[in-house]
Amino acid sequence: MPRLIEYREAIREALDEELARDPMVVVMGEEVAQYNGAYKVTKGLWEKWGDKRMVDTPISEAGFIGMGIGASMLGVRPVMELMFWSFYTVAWDQIVNNAAMVRYMSGGKINCPIVIRGPANGGTNVGATHSHTPENIMASFPGMKCVVPSNAYDAKGLLKAAIRDNDPVMFMESTKLYGEKWDVPANEDLPNGELVIPLGVADVKREGTDLSLIAHGRAVITCLEAAKRLEEEHGIHCEVVDLRTIRPLDEDTIFDSVRKTHKAIYVEEGKPFCGVGAQIAYMIQERCFDDLDAPVLRVNSLDAPAIYSPPLENLQLPYADVIIEKALSIA
Amino acid sequence: MPKALSPNLPSQAPINQALKPSDKVDLYRTMVRIRKFEQRSLNSYQSGKVGGFLHLYIGQESVVVGTQSLLGANDHTITAYRNHGHGLAAGMNMNECMAELYGRATGCSKGKGGSMHYFAPDKNYWGGHGIVAGQTPLGTGLAYGLKYRGLKGCALAFLGDGAVNQGSFHESLNLAALWDLPIIYVIENNGYSMGTSQRRSSAYPSCLAERAEGYGMAWDQFDGTNLYEVRARTQVAIERAHNESKPTLLEIATYRWEGHSVADAMKTVYRTKEEIEKYQREHDPIMVWKEILISENIATEAELKQIDRAAQKEADEAADFAEVSPYPEPESIFDDVYWETDNKTEAGNTGRHFFND
Ligand SMILES: Cc1ncc(C[n+]2csc(CCOP(=O)(O)OP(=O)(O)O)c2C)c(N)n1
Ligand SMILES: [Mg+2]
Repeated sequence: MPRLIEYREAIREALDEELARDPMVVVMGEEVAQYNGAYKVTKGLWEKWGDKRMVDTPISEAGFIGMGIGASMLGVRPVMELMFWSFYTVAWDQIVNNAAMVRYMSGGKINCPIVIRGPANGGTNVGATHSHTPENIMASFPGMKCVVPSNAYDAKGLLKAAIRDNDPVMFMESTKLYGEKWDVPANEDLPNGELVIPLGVADVKREGTDLSLIAHGRAVITCLEAAKRLEEEHGIHCEVVDLRTIRPLDEDTIFDSVRKTHKAIYVEEGKPFCGVGAQIAYMIQERCFDDLDAPVLRVNSLDAPAIYSPPLENLQLPYADVIIEKALSIA
Repeated sequence: MPKALSPNLPSQAPINQALKPSDKVDLYRTMVRIRKFEQRSLNSYQSGKVGGFLHLYIGQESVVVGTQSLLGANDHTITAYRNHGHGLAAGMNMNECMAELYGRATGCSKGKGGSMHYFAPDKNYWGGHGIVAGQTPLGTGLAYGLKYRGLKGCALAFLGDGAVNQGSFHESLNLAALWDLPIIYVIENNGYSMGTSQRRSSAYPSCLAERAEGYGMAWDQFDGTNLYEVRARTQVAIERAHNESKPTLLEIATYRWEGHSVADAMKTVYRTKEEIEKYQREHDPIMVWKEILISENIATEAELKQIDRAAQKEADEAADFAEVSPYPEPESIFDDVYWETDNKTEAGNTGRHFFND
């Protein structure tokens, strides 16, 4: 019997289990405790864990993210929620100059075991300020890691690994996925008694022979829909590769897939310029040049700030039709 | 006679009464070591051996030496880029500090940090930060960490008078007051942020520390020339942190003799030569302390000279050490980026972490 739980519940379970495992783990952010989280991800955790482990912060991202980084230098393991990843901008100096650089500048004397998590997605008609998808930005800084789970199972396992990791991990969720359900086995049904997915291991979400759709985050779900239709309507068998973590990156799974299918499209909700797809396409052409039967293509969010107007925002983000059209152009 | 030399109450404070003669001499030695180190580093800078910026602390030594001398096993410090004094006062040695300036593998940060980024967490010293006020949330986090772990200690977060206008500092003040964190923010007010005087950069009622009122936080403001005063007044804040877990904002008046950094060609344009000389004459913390030691019959002029010479020798030897130290190996560029890759853990060995072609 599958155990279907929501993506948000999967994250909550990961937090709950890690709070239980390690007394140094503390969850902080705006409205995470008494309000149960802006998206109810942390529902019930304050009642269970109390004020010390579940901390409501003021609206003060630079201050509390920086404070969490400072505490992590002393061995506390804060899991910080950004109500929206979009608000990274006001905490950016703390994230990039302190969390990501302090180890290097100290010659390895310090490490920051901190997780910063929250939703990073468009598509909810909240305008450009609330619709940023900065995973390409996070992944471009050596010193930090970037994780983007596409489903509840991965979200739980990856978050547990992120909390145990001794480096700063930027963990990006999607409000569009919070209410979706996936099969996430209960711990007692798992061979190891718990679900931990190592960072840096991609996952082939669908096997195929004709074309590789490579993606991260919610774009993986869009790719799976496109793959299904490409098979049903056009007889094209797509493989769908989910990076799961962008940095560290599992490049072998990408290359293996491309060597099998000889064609690749990178799909992401971020913008095209210097996007994750730009990096992956570069790596594919460098390492799989002779295996390619077509140029590597990309599907991104359309290159303008996130538009509010609901029907247009739907067009701005990648959707199956666009992927199918691109796929047919190289099929 | 300089004001700071007049007999005053701070010397009678219990924390100062508790000083043994040898402690007082040690305080002198630490200030002199910082100064000699920096004068020597200036020399190296001018002969092209040190890259980047060099922000000298000369003239301000009493602030860090006085405050640091009050700290115990669970007390931590963090500061900005003008940090050589803070590192040495925390117990770092001149060799590692000088070698860092020279960009050598033997430097305290293996040549990866440079002048602005000294660190010694083993000595509770957390850097050395280049972004103005960016260290203040980190300091707040050190205090949070102490409290979270149930340790009786405090954090001292130093910042400049220019840093008080950064949002991250105000956010820190709010968090510290809101959550009763054991922290002392120490504004080292040397009157200028680069070429901008305090009057031209900050709005304030009577002084910068008074801004603490807005957060319901205790504060104090005083002159930092005399170590007795620095110690007596800072001790109040430390006890508040230790015993009540409450923050304090201190503003300590001081003066930097040199330019903002060695590359500051304007150093006598935004302030007069007379002003600089007045501070050198009347507010040199080393001279002031020296006269106190002599007047208290703790040391003779000759004995203190001896300390000066030893510090000079130590600084010269540090420069020699730096000079002959190797540069870091090119491969080391990729060390100290991730804890997991450095420690060759399973996580560190999973997936690609570096993207060089
Ligand atoms: C965010 C940021 N803005 C500007 C600078 C450049 N800068 C470095 S130090 C400095 C002046 C700071 O003055 P103050 O805080 O008084 O410290 P002091 O140099 O006097 O010790 C400036 C403008 C910087 N390093 N970081
Ligand atoms: Mg200043």
